[in-house]
Amino acid sequence: MPTLTLVQSVNDALRTAMRDDPSVVVFGEDVGPKGGVFLATQGLTAEFGAERCFDTPLSEDGIVGTAIGMAMNGLRPVAEIQFQDFIFPAFDQIVSEAAKLRYRSGGQYTAPLVIRAPYGGGIRGGLYHSQSGEAYFCHTPGLKVVVPSTPHDAKGLLIASIQDPDPVLFLEPKALYRSVKGEVPEGSYRVELSTLRTAREGGDVTIFCYGAMVPVATKAAGRAAESGIECKVIDLRTLLPLDEEGVLEAAKETGRVVVLHEAPRFCGYGSEISALIAEHAIEYMEAPIKRVTGFDTPFPNTLEHHYLPDERRVLDAIEQVHAY
Amino acid sequence: MISVIEPDGGVNGYDPGLTDEELLHCYRTMLRARVFDDTCMKLQRSGRISFSIPNLGIEATQVGAASALRRTDWIFPSYRDFGMALYHGVAALAMMHNMFGNASDSARGRQMPAHFSFEEPIHLYSISSPIGTHVPHAVGAARAFQLRGGDEVCLVSFGDGGTSSLGFHSGMNFAGVWRAPVVFLCQNNGYAISCPSDAQTASETYAIKAEAYGMPGVKVDGNDLLAVRQAVVEAVARARRGDGPTLVEARTFRMGGHSTSDDPTRYVPPDVLAEWAQRDPLERFERFLGKRGLWSAEVREGMLATAREEIQSAAHAAEKTAAPGLETIFSDVYADLPDHLRAQGEAAFDLARRKGDAIAGDGEFPL
Repeated sequence: MPTLTLVQSVNDALRTAMRDDPSVVVFGEDVGPKGGVFLATQGLTAEFGAERCFDTPLSEDGIVGTAIGMAMNGLRPVAEIQFQDFIFPAFDQIVSEAAKLRYRSGGQYTAPLVIRAPYGGGIRGGLYHSQSGEAYFCHTPGLKVVVPSTPHDAKGLLIASIQDPDPVLFLEPKALYRSVKGEVPEGSYRVELSTLRTAREGGDVTIFCYGAMVPVATKAAGRAAESGIECKVIDLRTLLPLDEEGVLEAAKETGRVVVLHEAPRFCGYGSEISALIAEHAIEYMEAPIKRVTGFDTPFPNTLEHHYLPDERRVLDAIEQVHAY
Repeated sequence: MISVIEPDGGVNGYDPGLTDEELLHCYRTMLRARVFDDTCMKLQRSGRISFSIPNLGIEATQVGAASALRRTDWIFPSYRDFGMALYHGVAALAMMHNMFGNASDSARGRQMPAHFSFEEPIHLYSISSPIGTHVPHAVGAARAFQLRGGDEVCLVSFGDGGTSSLGFHSGMNFAGVWRAPVVFLCQNNGYAISCPSDAQTASETYAIKAEAYGMPGVKVDGNDLLAVRQAVVEAVARARRGDGPTLVEARTFRMGGHSTSDDPTRYVPPDVLAEWAQRDPLERFERFLGKRGLWSAEVREGMLATAREEIQSAAHAAEKTAAPGLETIFSDVYADLPDHLRAQGEAAFDLARRKGDAIAGDGEFPL
């Protein structure tokens, strides 16, 4: 079985989907001959031609708006937004249009599209190449939000997203693009949306996380184990629609919860997990639910490593909930 | 397309309206911009800074346009516009502090390199990475000058790619309706990362887009400093006397990549690059200066040596300057520091102290 990096598995997913379904088209800025600024679309124009993998003008609203048009007229577009930080001109199209089209037309018009975007910090990208904006989109009924953390999941989730009848925002953790390798089956396979993955088993503390924070959580769990604290690490994978039962089950197993994300704390995704557990499983909790997050500031460049949650901060939280 | 400097350096009687000293300042600025650019490329390749943005080949567009502005006018630059900053007296050291993101950086190390922000000696508006967002800002700022009865002008600069952005459309349209004192400078340098100009728009030129928004558009040879100057001087005069905005398209070429993360040899045909190498904007201006008796190889070598000395010492000084303090993560989010951020700052200092990180100082949050 081939071993691929996360970005290679994205490339593999796109190639596989394009081979299996001639209605799949890939487009965005610099995705054609250049193959994308992270090489995620490398080789696709060469194999499938410029009508199926092509460059667009510099216009995120145009990219998503035309993707909606293509999707509701029989194509399966996979649009790339070069960095999630640049998605905001397309926010209107995503929130007002793609997410609401099925609902407002009684199902006459739908938008089976995927928007892929690298997100998150760790590459010295400063304010505008590091953002984790998943919370803006998880607040949007009608949209799906998916975040892989392994090469295996990236391919399977992307294929499933492309096949999904609803619009999917597929956020790829750029910090893991080349730093994470894993075995990736050849050919087509799906990892179902709205399913969790247990990245590490443990009975003392449950850590909920996604994307580039999954390796941070597992490393912190490794250090906690040295003091005899065993952590269960849950990779959420699909943020919306969330496997709420799965979350509650994993929380109840230990009664001590840490939620981890890079994005700022206030109104971040961790708030939802905390509220869900507090509402439905409070009697199982042995400690307050602790969130480890980015600060409530824009994302700084030089001091990036102080901003991003690291093993030390996660370990602190694990020890606090364990000792409560 | 307007051109002024002929192949032999003659200008057919055109009067640039600059003294010899001012002409040499233009030339010196182009040299300094080129040295600054080259120095930053080398700093990045050797891992001493994280990132840089080449502006090789675009010097005449930047300096020619900048030369048409007063110190009281405002510049809304693109992230490539080193030449505009240097022309109006922004210190290379201040720019290097930003490239290194250190404690002396006006942006406090928060931004990626080349995302400058200056208020003095000229307003060079804070640069952000999203494309075209600054265009309506320029129009709004110009509107404010208009409403106060001032005669200041705003120059906003963007690339060919920028004309596809939402900000360009809104900004141009509002400026036309308001007759705002704005000069829109489209630096058509041939590529938006790897996207060539003919895939960016079906318009015959970029200048022609002005017509759609009810303003004049003019296309100039962007590698001819005097042609750029002539067009921008005229556009600035129009705006200053209340006759509204103008779009100037400067046709030039991005001789380097989009950034240090880009390899243009993968998509720029070598023959195209070679052709533009024949049209170097510095050599063009040297021929003009030479014809006026203002230039020789010694003049160039002297200025280059001074520029290298200046910029290399700036780089060394910036490199030796400490990183910003940890509190800079939490300051300037708002005008006043809210309680929740104070608490986060205190926790960050406490954690850094426990990790033994020198940035924590004595562990006290200083704000």
